[in-house]
Amino acid sequence: MIQITVNGSMKQYDGDPAMPVLWYLRDLLDLTGAKFGCGMGLCGACTVHVEGKAIRSCVTNMSDVAGKRITTIEGLSAAGDHPLQNAWRAVNVPQCGYCQAGQIMQAASLLTEKPKPTDRDIDQAMQGNICRCGTYQRIRQAVKMAAGVKA
Amino acid sequence: MKRQGMKNESITVVSRRDFLGGVFSAGALVLGASVLPMQSDAATTGGATWQPSVYLGLEPDGRVIIIAHRSEMGTGIRTSLPMIVAEELEADWKRVKIEQAIGDAKYGSQDTDGSESIRDFYDPMREAGATARMMIESAAASKWGVPASECQAKNHEVIHAKSNRKLSFGELATLASKQPVPKKEQLKFKPPAEYRYVGKNVPIADLDDILAGKATFGMDARMPGMVYASVERSPVFGGKLKSYDDAEARKVRGVSKTLTIPPFKQPYGFQPLGGVAVIADNTWAAMQGRKKLKVDWDLGPNASLDSAAYKKTLQETARQACKVARNDGDVDAVFKKAAKIHEAEYYVPHLAHASMEPLVAVAEFKNGKVETWAPTQNPQAVQDTVAKAVGIKPADVTCHVTLLGGGFGRKSKPDYVAEAAVLSKQLGKPVKVVWSREDDIRFDFYHAVAAMYMKAATDEKGRPIAWLQRSVFPPIGSQDDVNAKYGTFELDMGWNDVPFEIANFRAECGPADTHIRIGWMRSVANIPHAFAVQSFTDELAAAAGRDRVEYLLDVLGKPRKIDLRPPAERKGPDPYMLDTARMRRVIEIAAEQSGWAKKKPGNGRALGIAVHRSFLTYVATVVEVEVDKGQIRIPRVDIAIDTGKVIHPDRVRAQLEGASVFGTSIALMGEITAANGRVSQSNFNNYPVARINEAPMETHVHIVPSSAPPAGVGEPGVPPMSPAICNAIFAATGKRIRELPIKKQLA
Repeated sequence: MIQITVNGSMKQYDGDPAMPVLWYLRDLLDLTGAKFGCGMGLCGACTVHVEGKAIRSCVTNMSDVAGKRITTIEGLSAAGDHPLQNAWRAVNVPQCGYCQAGQIMQAASLLTEKPKPTDRDIDQAMQGNICRCGTYQRIRQAVKMAAGVKA
Repeated sequence: MKRQGMKNESITVVSRRDFLGGVFSAGALVLGASVLPMQSDAATTGGATWQPSVYLGLEPDGRVIIIAHRSEMGTGIRTSLPMIVAEELEADWKRVKIEQAIGDAKYGSQDTDGSESIRDFYDPMREAGATARMMIESAAASKWGVPASECQAKNHEVIHAKSNRKLSFGELATLASKQPVPKKEQLKFKPPAEYRYVGKNVPIADLDDILAGKATFGMDARMPGMVYASVERSPVFGGKLKSYDDAEARKVRGVSKTLTIPPFKQPYGFQPLGGVAVIADNTWAAMQGRKKLKVDWDLGPNASLDSAAYKKTLQETARQACKVARNDGDVDAVFKKAAKIHEAEYYVPHLAHASMEPLVAVAEFKNGKVETWAPTQNPQAVQDTVAKAVGIKPADVTCHVTLLGGGFGRKSKPDYVAEAAVLSKQLGKPVKVVWSREDDIRFDFYHAVAAMYMKAATDEKGRPIAWLQRSVFPPIGSQDDVNAKYGTFELDMGWNDVPFEIANFRAECGPADTHIRIGWMRSVANIPHAFAVQSFTDELAAAAGRDRVEYLLDVLGKPRKIDLRPPAERKGPDPYMLDTARMRRVIEIAAEQSGWAKKKPGNGRALGIAVHRSFLTYVATVVEVEVDKGQIRIPRVDIAIDTGKVIHPDRVRAQLEGASVFGTSIALMGEITAANGRVSQSNFNNYPVARINEAPMETHVHIVPSSAPPAGVGEPGVPPMSPAICNAIFAATGKRIRELPIKKQLA
């Protein structure tokens, strides 16, 4: 039996401990904000936080998160008004939107570590998150806006 | 895709039943709000009181319901088309509810392809809005007993200024429905100066849901009691199942059984490929079970496909005389006595779409009917394809369209939806088929590889006086015809329509066999054709030692309009004639905005330009590259676009910013190859796409103000990118890139 906290609520899981967190969230909890994109930790669409730090949930097993605190996009802010969500809204970042939850969760983790990121910091932190629509320049702009650094 | 024209949607008062049949399908009502968030209001609204068009309904509480009948894959179309209706209706955007249409021919074409949504539906949407507005105004007039001309709709109300009276849209809904429908020629449209939405930036309809992780993509669709399937398909195109052993697969926790999907029959069309499906109670279990399958395939004749050999064949074909597609003057006569001849060969490989959302669909076969939820660009094709696959009528397939996590042309081929329906029919319960990324890349309808040969004779100023070009590629027509060897509509994409002023011009097309599925991808054959034509032009300019922009304008010639319709179809004016003056303007603007005249090459840094017209839109792109030790950086891209009237400027910018990145992926890294009949790439490690640190740092979009009819936006930004990048690389380093992707060619 694995115990975890997902967006503040306690959960118990007694399935295969090798199941990736992504499929537990999506198929068992119906928390579909984190997306399936590659299954190999290559695209970042599945990014969630474990203990506040961005991880790829498609390659993180349930046994790896036992006793830990998971936050998904659905739990990032109660009203969808995290500074990053507000900045994303102000800049109209999304096109198709599929990768954006992963992008925002990754950016949130970046700002926790580096509240005033440089372009290089953003490149470094965000290069694991693919956006096939190509919203990168607005992502960069929105991260800076949320961080209050000059664009 | 190929279609230019548009079936004219006439405005009629449709019956309530018709309207309900479309938006609030029986299925949606049955499934209810909790399961299907996109339709959550369906059960509660119960259908609008008055539906003046298939695209529009009005509730007594004043809510306007606008039907989005085209698919949202990131272009913003679910917002832009409704904006046009709301504008002409004088509706308050805040009281507009957008409902996604199911697949139904009554909406006209729903095939969200070819950058056509605004182009084809700008007028029908305006007409729908204006019709309803005039009927609401005449309802108010009859209520007040005044002439309709004195009543004016304004922001969800009708005002009678003389008597200072007002009635809300909601109050007028019932009476409006009884008014005569104005004829098309009686419609009065708002003067553009009074626009409140069109030409302005409205946040996309799904913005808040996307940011909160609540938007419903195909990957997120659910039906009660559904099971999950992962399908093993033949590694070689056209391979057939001989036998399989599922003993180990069925031991995986969560796996319930395995089923087969019959193989497709040529021509392949949109049929499912066939294979062995592992059914489980969650996605991961299905995928794990599939890994344990032991499958024996009869691989068939394509098992010998090898990309290196295939490439050689295409290139050799391009060196020989091919089928003539356009022939002006006498190219051969000029070549015979020309002093200066230039030749070059170009090559663009197969490419995969690689939308962020792999293919996925949920379907339920029940009582001889199918209901499906799918991220599809073409719900009517879903109806047809699913119907054929399970042996029912298209009308018995209800296709709900979710948001699409990217599409780029792949999601207009509904093989994946048919897989779910075929499996559901066998199982008797809803099935969700989830493709892995590996499936998505290995079983694509690939963008066609193309080998191109170019030859020109030039005069003393280096200007071409004769031009020959050959393009050889497997045609998209192979979908419907096993004997198809030559491109057809692909030749209208940057090949026969080269607008240069050259007296002797011949375009040819060579034959190619097809060994894997071919399909259109964002801007289609314009990708290789713009690459070859715009690179070769740059080579000629370089050989003449002339400024690239000046040379491009010279070759384009004097401003003129070119009628590209076949002679038999040249009846009446064509609002979309190729206008070289518009092309000149985008070149000049891109050059000016990029600082072309001031920025001189140096230190591995230089600019490159390319211009191309596709989907009736003119785009000129200037790319600045920085090459250092074989590494390319793109600090800046300037794109000038003339796409006629613009509905949503911010989404036009977004599409062009995106095209800049998409085109960068094509130029720098995209390549699908096959060995032993098997596609060699499988995931983002070996089929890379541009990441934030590889994409252009800044893309500046310059929209040319225009009152011309609206043209395409989603695709035309892509074609000029790769030639502009390669032309910049040449300017920076002297190295000419003639084969994509660039990859390690600069090392």
